[in-house]
Amino acid sequence: MGTVATALISGLGDGAVYALIAVSFVVIFRATGVLNFAQPGLLILGTYFTSVLAVDRGLPFWVAVVLAVLVVAVISVGIERVAIRPMVGRPIFATALVTVGLFTILLVLAFRLFAARARTINDPWQLDQTCLIQGDPVCSVVLSHSDAGKIAVTAVVLTALGLWLSRSRVGLAMRATALDQEAAMAQGINVGRMFSLAWAVGGGLAALGGVLLAANGSVVQANDALFALVALPALILGGIDSFRGAVIGGLAIGLLSGLVRAYQPIHAPWLGPNFENVAPYLVMILVLLIRPYGLFGTKEVQRV
Amino acid sequence: MTSATSPRTTSTQDTPSGDNPTPDATSWDTARLTGQSRSLRTGAVGGRVRRGAGRGRPRLFTSYAADSALLDTPAKRWWTLAVVLLALIVPFWLTRDLTHLLSVTLVMAISGIGLNLLTGYAGQISLGHPFFMAVGAYTGAVVSGVPGSIVIGWELDLSLALLLSAIVPGIIGLVVAPLATRVRGLYLAVLTLGLLMLGEQVFKQWAAVTGGSGVGRAGAVPVLFGNDLTGTYAVGPLLIAPHVSLYLVCLVLLVVLAVAARNLARSRSGRAFAAVRDRDIAAEIMGVNLLRTKTLAFVLSSAYAGVAGCLYAILIGRVAPEQWNILMAISLLAIVVIGGVSTITGTLIGAAFVVLLPRVLEWVAPWLPFVSTGSGGLITIFQLQSMLFGALIVLFLILEPRGLFGLWHRVRTYFTAWPFSY
Repeated sequence: MGTVATALISGLGDGAVYALIAVSFVVIFRATGVLNFAQPGLLILGTYFTSVLAVDRGLPFWVAVVLAVLVVAVISVGIERVAIRPMVGRPIFATALVTVGLFTILLVLAFRLFAARARTINDPWQLDQTCLIQGDPVCSVVLSHSDAGKIAVTAVVLTALGLWLSRSRVGLAMRATALDQEAAMAQGINVGRMFSLAWAVGGGLAALGGVLLAANGSVVQANDALFALVALPALILGGIDSFRGAVIGGLAIGLLSGLVRAYQPIHAPWLGPNFENVAPYLVMILVLLIRPYGLFGTKEVQRV
Repeated sequence: MTSATSPRTTSTQDTPSGDNPTPDATSWDTARLTGQSRSLRTGAVGGRVRRGAGRGRPRLFTSYAADSALLDTPAKRWWTLAVVLLALIVPFWLTRDLTHLLSVTLVMAISGIGLNLLTGYAGQISLGHPFFMAVGAYTGAVVSGVPGSIVIGWELDLSLALLLSAIVPGIIGLVVAPLATRVRGLYLAVLTLGLLMLGEQVFKQWAAVTGGSGVGRAGAVPVLFGNDLTGTYAVGPLLIAPHVSLYLVCLVLLVVLAVAARNLARSRSGRAFAAVRDRDIAAEIMGVNLLRTKTLAFVLSSAYAGVAGCLYAILIGRVAPEQWNILMAISLLAIVVIGGVSTITGTLIGAAFVVLLPRVLEWVAPWLPFVSTGSGGLITIFQLQSMLFGALIVLFLILEPRGLFGLWHRVRTYFTAWPFSY
């Protein structure tokens, strides 16, 4: 009982971050129709800049995070202008490949910046824990502060994003662009600016996701960028173009990997270590067999 | 290159027109409209042209067969002959490590052709190609590898290993294909990525076949048709060292598989691939069997990858389960994209480019001030190389979607059309 609850709480914490990263994919996909494989690079750059600003420059943690998110958002807009904008109207396959190329470049950049060292970020939670239910000899249900922080930050950011998209004029313009670019253009919306904005938001969310992933007192290295790929099954599970799907998919994948991490080494050790990184893909494949466009994704209307 | 509508012709059109019994006109038309006709007759003349008419006009084709030939101009015939001859003699005057590098190029070209059949011709994005290479490598290693303390090996002939390393990944491709036909576009890309991840986990755990995580195992032992290729042979005045004989095996396989792939691309199935790539629903309406076409693309691509994987493991000597990762998938995509999507020649150029680029960079590094060999400096050779990969993928897709082959095509067209640039 205690193990389940602890596993679920930590899974929910991870799931919140996955949801955040999956939403960052969705923002970009909805506005520009690009599945951005370069997102891991943006994620690790966000972590790196936070680390530099907070540890090396000694800024307060949250100031450093905001600055890093802004820097990555600017980089992301630059990428969109230089590499993605010329691909408008070309096959989605080609554009996805461009982002794969960008992924390689950003990953090398991250390795170069990290210089094979592991860094830390001055996170406010460190390894602090609160005991929710006291067991007999030891604590039975543990809530680590970093998990609580992840859930809280994600909830606040995603709520703000949802309100912004649904209530503001710019949000309306973005939704219009996502719905039909030509019609939006005909109504006087600057579609190019919406592309930039979507990439800025997507990059910023990815950077924030990276910071939250690293914010559990552990060290970060360039290779951690690949953790962002765990958000891909969450994204596909929920459906590539659905915000709700991304959030639910992210939480589901988080809970799943939390449970697998807790129980698989005991009950199915033959599946091997680190199986929790693979299990999401297994679930994703099974779901895709039944619903090829994810749980909440738009079923494509096909016509010639 | 290929005509989308005309069925392949037989040699009947080459007979002089007078000899042809004129068939009933109406039955002819229905036969052609229903696609049942085995031959295509273009009017009364039939296609026989004066022998001298083609002289100096390399692109004058007087029959459909000539128009859709594999090597349709004399220049192509001569160049192909020259390249094949050069490829045959080159290992005899190159150093051992360069020959080895060329062998790796040939193997990556085989794998790249497989990926190009799937991604370039049939339009199914796959990030899971290294998984099938791995299956081929381990099949080969089990069939003709040496048994070790934990790994199994049957020590059979390499010809059998190569055959099975095409069949086993092909069967796995057949199993995966129904999944791939349900899922389209970007969903498929992520799904194949999942295949890669699942595969890596399985390979790490199944130590009896793969040697286990971080350890790995040696590839197949090259004993081809009873001849141990690890020894030196004297053929006439030529001494064939082990690395040369391996190179020659790779070369022969590459030539055979490349010609097969090009022929496939010109055939009915190849046109079905292209139709599915361009608009799969439209292709289905036109009568292309979507399931069969996508399955064929998947199976063939996996089989090519398997053969390449088997050879790769032999060349590299020792493969660990971690080697078949997403970075390798990106390299393979780079081969296809930089070389030229849906061209076989382009894939060969792309493989040479991607495999030889690191060595070329090593040569020019001393003249580049910002490149360092140690950990200091602005950037290391390895980092520069990966960065160039990424940058080239991006640049080629934006500026020249047809890749290196497209560049070569432009040069060729310039000279063919000279002095008219358009």
